[in-house]
Amino acid sequence: MTTTPASGMNISRRQFLGGAAGITFAVGIGSHGTWLVAEAAANTAGCDIGAWVSITPDNKITIITPAAEMGQGSMTGVPVALAEELDADWSQVTLQMAPAEPGIYGYGSGNNKRMMIVGSRGVRSYFEQMRLAGAQVRKLLVQAAASEWGVDAATLVTHPNTVVDPVNDRSLSYGEIAAFAEVPEELPSVSRDELKNPGDFRLIGTPVARRDIPAKVDGSAQYSIDVQLPGMVYASVVHAPVQLAKPEGWNDAAVRNLPGVVDIVGLEHGVAVVCDTFEHVLAARRALDVEWDHSAEARGFDSEPMLDSGYAEVMSDRDSEVRVIDTAGMGGAAFDKASKVFKAEYRSDYGYHAQMEPLNAVARFNEAGDQVEIWEGTQAPGSSRAAVARALGFESSQVVHNQQYLGGGFGRRSISDYTIEAALVARATRLPVKMIWTREEDLAFGMFRPQNLQCVEAALDDQGKIAGWRHCVVGDGGGLIYSGINIEEYYSVPNRQIETRGTSHGIRLKHWRAVARPFNLFAIESLVDEMAAAEGLDPFEFRHERMALTPKAKAVFDAVEKLSDWHTPRQEGRALGLSVSECSGSLGAGVVEISLDPERGRIRVHKVWVAIDGGIVVQPDMARANIESGVIYGLSSVLKERATIKGGAVEQTNFDSYELLRMSEAPEEIHVEFIQRDTPPTGLGEIGNPFIAAAVANAFHALTGKRLYHMPFVPERVHTVLAT
Amino acid sequence: MVELTVNGETVAVDADADTPLLWALRDHLGLTGTKYGCGGGFCGTCTVHLDGKAVRSCRTPLSLVAGAEITTIEGLSPDSGHPLQQAWIAEQVPQCGYCQSGQIMQAATLLDSNPNPSREEIVQHMNGVICRCGTYTRIVAAIELAAKEV
Repeated sequence: MTTTPASGMNISRRQFLGGAAGITFAVGIGSHGTWLVAEAAANTAGCDIGAWVSITPDNKITIITPAAEMGQGSMTGVPVALAEELDADWSQVTLQMAPAEPGIYGYGSGNNKRMMIVGSRGVRSYFEQMRLAGAQVRKLLVQAAASEWGVDAATLVTHPNTVVDPVNDRSLSYGEIAAFAEVPEELPSVSRDELKNPGDFRLIGTPVARRDIPAKVDGSAQYSIDVQLPGMVYASVVHAPVQLAKPEGWNDAAVRNLPGVVDIVGLEHGVAVVCDTFEHVLAARRALDVEWDHSAEARGFDSEPMLDSGYAEVMSDRDSEVRVIDTAGMGGAAFDKASKVFKAEYRSDYGYHAQMEPLNAVARFNEAGDQVEIWEGTQAPGSSRAAVARALGFESSQVVHNQQYLGGGFGRRSISDYTIEAALVARATRLPVKMIWTREEDLAFGMFRPQNLQCVEAALDDQGKIAGWRHCVVGDGGGLIYSGINIEEYYSVPNRQIETRGTSHGIRLKHWRAVARPFNLFAIESLVDEMAAAEGLDPFEFRHERMALTPKAKAVFDAVEKLSDWHTPRQEGRALGLSVSECSGSLGAGVVEISLDPERGRIRVHKVWVAIDGGIVVQPDMARANIESGVIYGLSSVLKERATIKGGAVEQTNFDSYELLRMSEAPEEIHVEFIQRDTPPTGLGEIGNPFIAAAVANAFHALTGKRLYHMPFVPERVHTVLAT
Repeated sequence: MVELTVNGETVAVDADADTPLLWALRDHLGLTGTKYGCGGGFCGTCTVHLDGKAVRSCRTPLSLVAGAEITTIEGLSPDSGHPLQQAWIAEQVPQCGYCQSGQIMQAATLLDSNPNPSREEIVQHMNGVICRCGTYTRIVAAIELAAKEV
């Protein structure tokens, strides 16, 4: 994957256009043909100029693709929208990864343009921008052809890569037009009204092959860990076992005497060993003995007693700091008039991202030491470039950023702590450095999905309808513990009081796939199921009759009820569970079919059905793959994954102690249905994950009559619950 | 200096005998298609063939592989033409793709010994290779597809 900005382009003329969405473009005719570039790029004409599209006389089209490719397919899915409106022949389209220039290649507008791909933002954030850009290029090509033929542009149509004059039975390829096109002083404007009707889509909604896949089956796809530079040395950082403790000293001379050791570099929160080979790095890491300071906040923190009893004290402490997330109607006062109240507490452990490519980056300074070149796979190229610059006291222009494929992101690669370390080590050694955290380091110095305690209460009115809702979450991490807690996305409960009570442990925390939804929806939908069972109603029926489903929610519940054939009894030893799912503007509902091995305390999910309203589905097969991925990522967390902290240090060290879901534990079938919509696309990268916990717990209740209140549902917890 | 036979070629590697094969392949020979995942033999991302058997290269020291035939993803086929590689494309298996060299190399040894595996046999054979993106259901489908071609 090349990341070099389009170069060699000799812009002879450029013009600006105020687009309806506030996006402005400039077009230049270069030696290669017609280019449509962002205004910001045009303002820096003369140096490296980025461009969204180029069309060359050989009828080839190059589209710059801006979204990080971490497996979700956005590299292919985002430019499809541009190609659609351009009426491009997809087989003639080449994709080129955008450089880290958010002002040009970011989504959003004005000074707030970003390239950060988090929150399932790839397709949904770029969709309209890409369509408008494609429509504008198409219009330009049609006008150029009309002018060449001396006809009214309104009489012309486009077929893939071709402008057709049906009246006079003639045509010109886009390449032919690019060879002679004269760009008018005033570019044609396009508005949303001129975009295609969904019924006319040729590419959107029709599966195209992902462009990254061929290189991912022969080993040629390049991740930053694969980058090799002349004279490059290898490094790894040893961080303190107690998170964020600082090094005070280490056995420098002894380690320097080991084979291949080039340097040892002290960093704020760790010590980097630098060697000629990575096997020597591993040996030097083992030999390094660091004295750590005792100032870290995490020192002495034990996560298990805190989760078992500490958080309950915070919840009941009237003086603890409360943050109100949502309040409506009478808030909690609705409970005074309740005819019946349901209440339950739920717990969830720390979660680790466990992206398969351990964190790493490559850094190289120029001879003068005033410019650094970075190779990394990042979810946020623009902010990473800026963060590296800040750490070095540089301007962003002194950082050359080369985006690579990401061996998984899941939120972890949206921050650049490891990249900054690589840059600092490269500066200290004045050598090109590949800095790799070992898996053990990646886990020990992880940034976790926070553990938490939740209390959910529901008040039923005299007709049994849910009139009041209280939800309190206790944990560390601010927004990381309450995203997705707003039930009005799917239930219309009139009186609500939703809040968090914060604590702080000094453990590094970060957005994890779907952030807080995996545990918030576990609590919400477990209680809903508990109420349905207590009221003697089918879970679908209860939601329809008592929870006032929003129209969007009703559609996904109806769809999954049918898709899963919910009312047909399953074989002996199997049971079904249901939950809503919500994330990044998308809404879904999912059903799982489970069995249980009571001796081993193991839950097995055999089949999964998910119905999702994600707006227009730009690429159905990639969308389905994202849901399958979310389901398995979610299930892994729900059945197996737990990180615990003892004395401020993470107890798990590798995949033997932090276990991930394996093939034998994965569902045999995952069925996905997208509700047909003409609304703009919403996020699909995370919506497959949040429903899993409650669906499994609710199926467990259907099977055993017992309820699971603490995720993950590891064998010891299953055994404990079965024994009650 | 250790002499190895990799993808049919004999090469000399200037590394200690206890160096894991993984780092010799990646850093000394530039065969970066084989990936580092855990270093402990837990995830299977680094799987290569040693005399036709799937091994975890992160736990295989060079001293054990002298004289053996080593095959990496780069040597599985000259042109991505192996039925598994074609099936991986047909089923659009990879997501982040990082584990897929290991998955494909692991799968190849199954088809070598059992050209028509059942689903259970596939799962049992593949269970040691973790995919964090959760492409498991597609991997099973791709192996079943490739088995029809073998």
